Amino acid sequence: MAERERSHTRPRGAVFVPRAQVMSAADVHRAITRMAHEIAERNRGLQHVVLIGLQTGGVAIATRLADTLSDVEGTAIPVGTLDVAFYRDDIGLRPVLPEAATDISFDLTGATVVLVDDVLFTGRTIRAALNALGEYGRAQVVELAVMVDRGHRELPIRPDYVGKNLPTRRDEMVDVSDDGVSLGDLVIR
Amino acid sequence: MSPFPTHLLSIDDLGSEEITEVLRVTDSFAEVGRRTNPKVPTLRSRTVATLFFEDSTRTRMSFETAAKRMSADVLSFAAGSSSVKKGESLRDTVETIEAIGIDAVVIRHASSGVPARVAGWVDHCVVINAGDGWHQHPTQALLDLYTVRQALGGGDVGMARFAGLRVAIVGDVRHSRVARSQISAYAAMGAEVTLVAPSTLLPPSLEGWPIAGVSHRLDDVLEKADVVSLLRVQSERGSGEFLPTLREYTAGYGLTSRRAAMLPPGALILHPGPIVRGVEIASDVAELPASLITEQVSNGVAIRMAVLFLLLGQGPVGGGHHA
Repeated sequence: MAERERSHTRPRGAVFVPRAQVMSAADVHRAITRMAHEIAERNRGLQHVVLIGLQTGGVAIATRLADTLSDVEGTAIPVGTLDVAFYRDDIGLRPVLPEAATDISFDLTGATVVLVDDVLFTGRTIRAALNALGEYGRAQVVELAVMVDRGHRELPIRPDYVGKNLPTRRDEMVDVSDDGVSLGDLVIR
Repeated sequence: MSPFPTHLLSIDDLGSEEITEVLRVTDSFAEVGRRTNPKVPTLRSRTVATLFFEDSTRTRMSFETAAKRMSADVLSFAAGSSSVKKGESLRDTVETIEAIGIDAVVIRHASSGVPARVAGWVDHCVVINAGDGWHQHPTQALLDLYTVRQALGGGDVGMARFAGLRVAIVGDVRHSRVARSQISAYAAMGAEVTLVAPSTLLPPSLEGWPIAGVSHRLDDVLEKADVVSLLRVQSERGSGEFLPTLREYTAGYGLTSRRAAMLPPGALILHPGPIVRGVEIASDVAELPASLITEQVSNGVAIRMAVLFLLLGQGPVGGGHHA
């Protein structure tokens, strides 16, 4: 997420400077294992369950969740990716570029869709994702899994599966990568 | 990435980074085009006007389809049925259209430089050149590049193939805005462009053009071409006066079946359309799998969606970035 905001949000050229690591790589791994079990518990048998990772931060997490789920339940879970750039309500307010093309090669009608993103903040990305999802069929249920919920919601949206609840200031930045989760600031060089 | 330019008047407004960005964003819009419902709300509440002072089928329809697929409102202006007939000047026409409150003007004109002039007059909207005289037709060159990249593997793989790609641009370079845009675009991406035309159909001077060479013999070039991009013989711009006969042109520069067979395996054939079968391309060559003429048209919509998005979708609404 920090990657995305770093490259596309003004001020241009600002870089993320980490201040504190809040989750290690092992913490992220444990959180993924727990969230996979929670998804399996709530959706018994994982029938009709598909994971949709949001470009770009959610894609790696969705893939890791799917791998863990197939280990736990022994069934392969379809994984798709979704880019919400065209559905945002802040186009023209800030530069928002598509990250990569959406890839959902299955019909979502009747499916239980678990949207996966790295950081949940204002909720606007998720609102856009809900609109975008409609183009691929009418899902029976849509759930939301995020690695970090950092608060400051601007819309009535809540996650179903959370890696870590992390109180933040609005102007702080959260960075999620394979190495863990860091809290820091955007600094203009 | 450096900020995308305010207007798209010429390929020279874009560097290789911006061209790469356009092609990358086009992938996302091409995905939209493949959906059952190929419409996204991206440019809702924006208005795009197409201002065509010259005939066009594919470019106008392509721009209007692109704008509509992004939920923009479209105003369509044809010089033949407007106040231009009553003697209204270009400047007054443009100011009237801007006063109506539009966000983008897509303009085509028979005189070179008109879009640049218009860009100097407007305050609140972006100007996109859809072809001006012999000067530029930037979206055509962009969709050519996108089509070539797609045929060469797509994504980063296709993008990497531009370096050293041997492109032959064949035909009436002198009168062609398409050729001028193509040359800049291919050169910016590192391709080697060779112009193939009779001397009469080349501009008087090629000084400063980023080309690898010029040839007057198509047969010599074909064996070493990865891409053959044909130009239309533009009778309406006077190509005919520079040629003894069309049949002689075809004999020297037409892509006949015999010539198509000389191309190396995997070579691509492009033509911006409208094609004049039997003159610059033989009918059966236009139907070969190597010929990407239909793909060019379908990619045109996605390219124009990307251009509209990059020009309209990034800055603050109204004013601000238009300074």
